Amino acid sequence: MSSTAVIDWAKGAAHAFAGIKQRGISMLPFRHAGITRFQETGLPTTKDEDWRFTSLKPFIELPFEIMIESGSQTIDQSAIGDIAFSQHDTDRLVFVDGNISSELSQISEQSEGVIVSNLASASPAIENKIGNLSSEDQNPFIALNDAFFTDGAWIHIPANSTLSKPVHIVFLYTAIKAGQASHIRNLIIAETNAKGTIIESHITLGQAAASTNVVTETQLGDGSNIEHIKLQDQSSLAIHFASLHSKLGGNSCYAFHSFALGAQLSRNNLRMDLTKPGIECTLNGLYMTRSRQLADHHMIVNHAAPHCDSHEYFNGILDDQSRGVFHGRILVDSEAQKTDAKQTNKNLILSDNATVNSKPQLEIYADDVKCTHGATIGELDNEAIFYLRARGLDAQTARRMLMHGFTGEIVERIQQNDIRDELNELVWSRLENEHHLN
Amino acid sequence: MLEIKNLKACIEEKQILKGINLTVNAGEVHAIMGPNGSGKSTLASVLAGREGYEITDGEVLLQKNDILEMAPEERAREGVFLAFQYPVEIPGVNSTYFLKSAVNQIRKHRGEEELDAMKFLKLVKSKMKELGLAEEFLKRPVNAGFSGGEKKRNEILQMTMLEPSLAVLDETDSGLDIDALRIVADGVNRLKNQNNAQIVITHYQRLLDYIVPDFVHVLYNGRIIKSGDKTLAHDLEEKGYDWLIKDS
Amino acid sequence: MSASTDTIDNFVASDYKYGFTTDIESESLEPGLNEDVIRFISAKKHEPEWLLEWRLKAFRHFEKMENPSWPHVKYPPVNFQEISYYSAPKKKGDGPKSLDEVDPKLLETYEKLGVPLHERARLAGVAVDAVFDSESIGTTFKEDLAKAGVIFCPISEAVREHPELVRKYIGTVVPYTDNYYSALNSAVFSDGSFVYIPKGTRCPMELSTYFRINAANTGQFERTLIVAEESSHVSYLEGCTAPMRDENQLHAAVVELVALDNAEIKYSTVQNWYPGDEEGRGGIYNFVTKRGMCKTNAKISWTQVETGSAITWKYPSVILKGDNSVGEFYSIALTNKAQQADTGTKMIHIGKNTRSTIISKGISAGRGQNSYRGLVQVGKKAVNARNFSQCDSLLIGNKCGAHTFPYIEAKNPTASIEHEATTSKIGEDQIFYCNQRGLETQDAVNMIVNGFCKEVFRELPMEFAVEAQKLLDVSLEGSVG
Repeated sequence: MSSTAVIDWAKGAAHAFAGIKQRGISMLPFRHAGITRFQETGLPTTKDEDWRFTSLKPFIELPFEIMIESGSQTIDQSAIGDIAFSQHDTDRLVFVDGNISSELSQISEQSEGVIVSNLASASPAIENKIGNLSSEDQNPFIALNDAFFTDGAWIHIPANSTLSKPVHIVFLYTAIKAGQASHIRNLIIAETNAKGTIIESHITLGQAAASTNVVTETQLGDGSNIEHIKLQDQSSLAIHFASLHSKLGGNSCYAFHSFALGAQLSRNNLRMDLTKPGIECTLNGLYMTRSRQLADHHMIVNHAAPHCDSHEYFNGILDDQSRGVFHGRILVDSEAQKTDAKQTNKNLILSDNATVNSKPQLEIYADDVKCTHGATIGELDNEAIFYLRARGLDAQTARRMLMHGFTGEIVERIQQNDIRDELNELVWSRLENEHHLN
Repeated sequence: MLEIKNLKACIEEKQILKGINLTVNAGEVHAIMGPNGSGKSTLASVLAGREGYEITDGEVLLQKNDILEMAPEERAREGVFLAFQYPVEIPGVNSTYFLKSAVNQIRKHRGEEELDAMKFLKLVKSKMKELGLAEEFLKRPVNAGFSGGEKKRNEILQMTMLEPSLAVLDETDSGLDIDALRIVADGVNRLKNQNNAQIVITHYQRLLDYIVPDFVHVLYNGRIIKSGDKTLAHDLEEKGYDWLIKDS
Repeated sequence: MSASTDTIDNFVASDYKYGFTTDIESESLEPGLNEDVIRFISAKKHEPEWLLEWRLKAFRHFEKMENPSWPHVKYPPVNFQEISYYSAPKKKGDGPKSLDEVDPKLLETYEKLGVPLHERARLAGVAVDAVFDSESIGTTFKEDLAKAGVIFCPISEAVREHPELVRKYIGTVVPYTDNYYSALNSAVFSDGSFVYIPKGTRCPMELSTYFRINAANTGQFERTLIVAEESSHVSYLEGCTAPMRDENQLHAAVVELVALDNAEIKYSTVQNWYPGDEEGRGGIYNFVTKRGMCKTNAKISWTQVETGSAITWKYPSVILKGDNSVGEFYSIALTNKAQQADTGTKMIHIGKNTRSTIISKGISAGRGQNSYRGLVQVGKKAVNARNFSQCDSLLIGNKCGAHTFPYIEAKNPTASIEHEATTSKIGEDQIFYCNQRGLETQDAVNMIVNGFCKEVFRELPMEFAVEAQKLLDVSLEGSVG
């Protein structure tokens, strides 16, 4: 049976604690602080600069039923077999409505000290690590998550260790009833020289308009190397709020790939803190929207130390009446000399009614830096079409090839070969089947 | 092979080509030279069917068929290959995939069997070996991040694979060092046989040390003002264009 | 190179050339802002009732608004009650009938500023309107322009002489409700220029207005309106300077441009208000709203060289309403010492086949903070709209900042928008190369900066391009240690 607590926006959320309290009293002060922060700010409106182009109307109109337990315990193993990447050799953590499903999860033996588990079963000792990176953020959804998170992945890679296989974290949403709201918390700590690949999938099973609020904190030690791939492929009614806070160690390498294909409303907040020299940070993303979807990527890359490189590449293809929002802010502190920061946002509009809002921003306080950004909105490049036609391809094939190239540019940056190939196919088939390509 | 009759073309109402007449027979190599702005690249673009040019007069027959009404891809399938002066970067599109699609489109048009992935790879690798290109090329997106020399070599590879009956090389030599120049020339010379023809557009005589033309034409102000054999190129190298321009 | 070297030598002692004060008897209002002040200004200028009403409406609206906080600049709140809203040189009797009767001290002031007004020394081919604090003191070449049907006069005069034109267009491009400072300006505007170019006329000379703030504790509220009738053409330039004072002074201007079908307006600004000192004491707060409206096939081109002011906040914009209309924005903004600038443009594409170009060059030195903020908006109906934006920043030293805040919005699939931005510094190897060829470091910096700005200088009228280049050199003085 499911158990939910209903929030009445007007009266506040205090009584929703009744259900969440059973999660253990040690996190209660943290949860209280979260709800207090949320009550001070409330939900943002389009008058807030950070939410100017992203209206929360579809979310506000829903009831708000916090999922404290899974909506259904009877998910067949075969449901897993259908989802992307499930055929690859990975460890798998499965969460249903924000709660671990041990039956569906599958973890192989790890080398010594490596933890691939869920937060709720972790030792209380890690509790003081939760919120270290995210709680300063003013985003009200983080405050809400602080208050109501149920569970999420807990991955710890000790110094000089490597994940034996990629870890695939699968978030399933039962979406039986409109307004179901899952709150998920992930904590990933990679110590000095640790390595690994983490894949995160968000999939909706049911047809109702359910929401997700996921907060992920990644802490990377010096010299570590983590590739993190996120596929948000939820139903066309789903609402998805995510924030990712990463603190990167010296000479570490972090690549985050975001694929936003589903959900009626999705928002990814990314915050990268580059506080030590020699970091290489890549944020790479693709959004493909149609009907009335809105996909929003909102990122801050904070260069606080010298000799760091950061690259943000975001491409969007927008069809029907959908909307793409990109907000990229590169901050370069006066200490951060020799920064090399690059940011691009390219958009293809396929219909008369789609909208793109792009805000690529640079804020620079150091003089010896190389910072560039670029944004384009438009149709396919005519010169490229001519080039392909001059090689014998017809106009339609040329257009398709360029469109695939546009997505391929992003997909290509994934290092993990088999995952990249599968994503490539997934993206292509979506484009072919669901978008107006001609 | 190719007959250009009184070809006139303009771009945004500016007349660039003012009546070009040129006959190219199978087995021949023609060089077209001329100062900047004389219309060399326009001629190449018009032959390949680039948009934005208005043909105001004349005709272009390729093996007796008028190609001016054809779409760029139809011309390509009929055997016209343009090696671009500025090959276009197409990020995200894999070179192998691109080239295989092009090769098979053209084979299909010729009534030949399409190549499967294995046969194609075998063929392209052997051609690359002949041209001295690293296989690494195939894994990269089309021209993206290529150096100037790499782009031009990629053009030659495509030409070798597509086996055109008429190859038009638009200043393929510009920006190339001597080694790259040799590769390009070598590719062109290998392609040459009794059934195809080549038009080499160039600014410098240098390329013609490696690709020996049967005819040299000087294009100036939209017209061919002088034609001759390969010695004309040497004369131009020595004396420049001024003496011809004064006469014309 | 020698020209700029000379210039620098000239300014080793004092780096703000225009910091002197003219000792002249003025008639000034007591500081304070209320409806009586507005009535006083309106009466002083013998305005018709409708204009007073409009001013009062704007003031009532202003009182309901809040000072905007989004610009990337920091300054203590402005106390609007401490500012005097009217100051003008005291007139003898009815005031001067022509320039010959103007107080010689004023003429001397403009002479010193490099803008001689009297007949024998006037700049050839350039008509000048000289605005001193709240009043225009005279306009040159008026008669010559009148022959061509061109009206070029102070706006206060236009209100009296051509009320129907002013009434038809004022507030149509920048309504008083537009923003905080446009509301304030609409309530208390003092003087500025009015330009009217009749149908099919090409204005026979460059028009220019020279703004000078002299009195202390005074705000200057310039209002300029340029109307270019169908198929007309005009090139207009404004220049601005102020004395060195320890207090901040406010310049809150509104400029409206109307380009009817096939008309073209070129508007250039060389803004050199007193920038304040190294510590950030004094200097002008330059809060300006500039906007143009393009009808079919019309073109508006803004060019600005912003080297002065403690704080600059301005976004000369173009509403591309008519099909095939063209908007351009070329900008050089330099912040040195403790200057802050938040400047850029808005290009609003409404009509079909509209095109816009944005070239912005920001130079930050000393502790200067320089922000580009721009909006490119392509509406649903703007088929084939094209925009290209290039925003480059150059940093000199490591205490300054360069920021870029573009907003890009497209609602049409045929739109093509390209935005590029780069940030760079002057390379040590570049400096060394110049040094090795015998150039001083400061000269090398000037040369590199001038090269960086070349694309914008090219857009300025010839005579002013040279001036602007020198001005940039002077403003860079002391930027290298």
